[in-house]
Amino acid sequence: MSTVATDTTKAPKTSKDWDMAAIAPFVALALLLVLGYFANPNFVSLANLTNVITRSAFIAIIALGATYVISSGGLDLSVGAMVAFVASLMILFMNSGAVADPMLMLIAAMMLALILGAACGLTNGLITTVGKIEPFIATLGMMGIYRGLTTWLSQGGSITVRDRELQQLYRPVYFGDVFGVPIPIIVIFVTAAIAAFVLYRTRYGRHVIAVGSNEEVARYSGISVKKVRTIAYVIQGLCVAVAVIIYVPRLGSTSATTGILWELQAITAVVVGGTALRGGVGRIWGTICGAFILEIVGNIMLLSNFVSEYLIGAIQGAIIIIAMLVQRTLMRK
Amino acid sequence: MSVTAPVASTVHTVPLLEGAGLSKTFGIVEVLKDIDLTVRAGEVHAIIGENGAGKSTLMKILAGNHQPTRGELRINGAPVSFSGPVDAENHGIVLVHQEILLAPDLTVAQNIYLGRELGKGLALDDRVMNEGATKAIRELGGDLDPNAIVSRLSIAQRQLVQIARVLLVPHRIVIFDEPTASLTPHETEALLKVIRDIRAKGVGVLYISHRLPEVKEIADRVTVLRDGRLVASHETSELQPADMARLMVGRDVAKLYPDRHAAEARETVLNVENFDVPGYAQGASFTLRKGEILGFAGLIGAGRTELMEGLVGLRPGKGKVTLRGHPVAFTDVHSSLKAGVAYLSEDRKGKGLLLTKDLRTNLTLASLSKFIRGFQIDRKREAQALDTAIEDFDIRTGNKDILAGQLSGGNQQKLLLAKMMLLDPQVVIIDEPTRGIDIGNKEQIYKFIAALAEEGRSIIVVSSEMPELIGICDRIHVMRAGRIVGEVEGEHMTENEIVQLATGVNAGAGEAA
Repeated sequence: MSTVATDTTKAPKTSKDWDMAAIAPFVALALLLVLGYFANPNFVSLANLTNVITRSAFIAIIALGATYVISSGGLDLSVGAMVAFVASLMILFMNSGAVADPMLMLIAAMMLALILGAACGLTNGLITTVGKIEPFIATLGMMGIYRGLTTWLSQGGSITVRDRELQQLYRPVYFGDVFGVPIPIIVIFVTAAIAAFVLYRTRYGRHVIAVGSNEEVARYSGISVKKVRTIAYVIQGLCVAVAVIIYVPRLGSTSATTGILWELQAITAVVVGGTALRGGVGRIWGTICGAFILEIVGNIMLLSNFVSEYLIGAIQGAIIIIAMLVQRTLMRK
Repeated sequence: MSVTAPVASTVHTVPLLEGAGLSKTFGIVEVLKDIDLTVRAGEVHAIIGENGAGKSTLMKILAGNHQPTRGELRINGAPVSFSGPVDAENHGIVLVHQEILLAPDLTVAQNIYLGRELGKGLALDDRVMNEGATKAIRELGGDLDPNAIVSRLSIAQRQLVQIARVLLVPHRIVIFDEPTASLTPHETEALLKVIRDIRAKGVGVLYISHRLPEVKEIADRVTVLRDGRLVASHETSELQPADMARLMVGRDVAKLYPDRHAAEARETVLNVENFDVPGYAQGASFTLRKGEILGFAGLIGAGRTELMEGLVGLRPGKGKVTLRGHPVAFTDVHSSLKAGVAYLSEDRKGKGLLLTKDLRTNLTLASLSKFIRGFQIDRKREAQALDTAIEDFDIRTGNKDILAGQLSGGNQQKLLLAKMMLLDPQVVIIDEPTRGIDIGNKEQIYKFIAALAEEGRSIIVVSSEMPELIGICDRIHVMRAGRIVGEVEGEHMTENEIVQLATGVNAGAGEAA
């Protein structure tokens, strides 16, 4: 025993030893920053980085919801289409002139977005839990439905905020800043802080992890698996709504192609962040880190001339596969 | 092969398989130390020891899953080293796993030939495989349709398929890893016969088990491991089960079962009338009194587990249930736990504990609402609860941060018990409380169960181990084919009586269809 006493690497694994998998995304982020610097020194300028993080807001916030769904053992492929659907309805409502006062109208539209997001999430959740349909199929179907409804609402074109005054009032939600920090960045961190608190510190969060880790154990412990999963989908819907709320003022319009492949990016951010796709492990800050990584990779491609930016989707697809391989290697230890 | 055979190996005494000075170290932990072991042709050699004694590591070395850190393996006197399980199989060493490792949706024949299918050209030759499967099962004294889907078979039948599958490989040594852990006495008897048949063919059998009477019955020699060391190796005829237990634990196990004061006629806590769990149990009626330990005996598949799961709302069930005089109907575990009825599943690993989570998370999972302050979980109180549980239930763990899956079976069961007791239930239903648990821990768990009853809680124990039911219960209900067919109490609590009720052999012309 004494001769090998210094070799602790293979000592029994404990709950405090998951660190490798948890740290990996942050190491990757740091490496990317270094790589970005060599590709183009402008990359690490404060202005550029702020810009990149601001643009990652939509995916980061949606991915927070995806972290809940995935760590509870589910999956939601419909988020991209849901963004387009909720945003379209929100703009149509704003154009309806139902509320005269622009400020009140804006608040009402935001509330509506949140309600619609929650309702879309609830629909997804109920189909998978009460309807007992595989999340993959259920949300694939809903993806088609949300996308189709959006195309129908916009008649294949785009839907734009018509009221000039309203547009001006809404603009700062994406373009504004507080003490120099762009509002989308604030929204990312506030949403993530709430998500982290709920997942790590509350009873519901513990139940999410338990259900994702072993559904039967959760059920035998008196936890309502259906309720926990359904709420996870509702949280996903709410996150989509928050993303929509900061997305709409950016262009002031949506189209049938809004949010295409966002589900791929959101799930990639979650997986890159170290959340287990089979459920039972959720890493909120890892997810945020994953979203930054995706945006930074895109930005580096744009700033450098190594790779065509039209290949971005292919690169993101490759990243999720590589992340899975890395995760599996780290988990095996 | 280089001929550097050991010096003193005259032909007829060379054992089939020999391990000399086998040691295995994982990191800083030495789990096996200097084990010498021989298996001769045509003998059953039993390996016994408590959980963590090193039995499974030893088996894994012999079956090629692990390489020994030190020591040597010899087959017929010639040193060998296995690169993996397939290599060991090529040398004729096969292992029958404790868990059933079959594809549930495939047929008996498809499972037996899985990975070594026979074909005619590109197509599979189902006829030949079905015949082969039928023959293999017959040789084991069984009778199964080769086209039967495995998920529809009983545990014992599945095990037969598993054994047939393993024996399809040309073999000289067969290792059985706790093969009777989930079998009823009846099925165990049948399995022991299979093992005798295998032995009669001149095959060497290594037999690992916790069940000492069974070891006494089947084994020719017994080797006892404790803390990774070989503490004794004897002809079975020289040892009684009590001696084996003493060698395993390292001290006298005078009494496995705690003293129980006969429960006086106290008030009824739980009254169940005509309870049905569709497809599993019909018309179950029984009462449970305060401070009583009530046993449920029966063969596997008799519907005991399903009846209990139906009662606590884990399965759809219907009937008149009153708890302390109030009618109740539980639709989920949440409601039954709230009413003070806790059920501990027989499937500790699959349904009881989150194996990949730490002890604290597991302990408080069912009672989290007691650990909430404001919106938050109070981690300090959780940690205190874990300390208390470790103390109260003697959960042996060097490190409080390990994962539940790293505890031994006995300690997992103690953790599960602690988890449920945090809810302070008045009725505790424990399904197979000591399955796969070594003697030392068994004794403790019996003590805990008795203590809970002493505190005035009412306990139901479902078990396939009759001595255990007889040892700790006040009364025993026997189930057969979904019905409670009898109750035994006092001096009638004998294995004989229970077996007769469980199998229905005294019920005249047997089972009416």
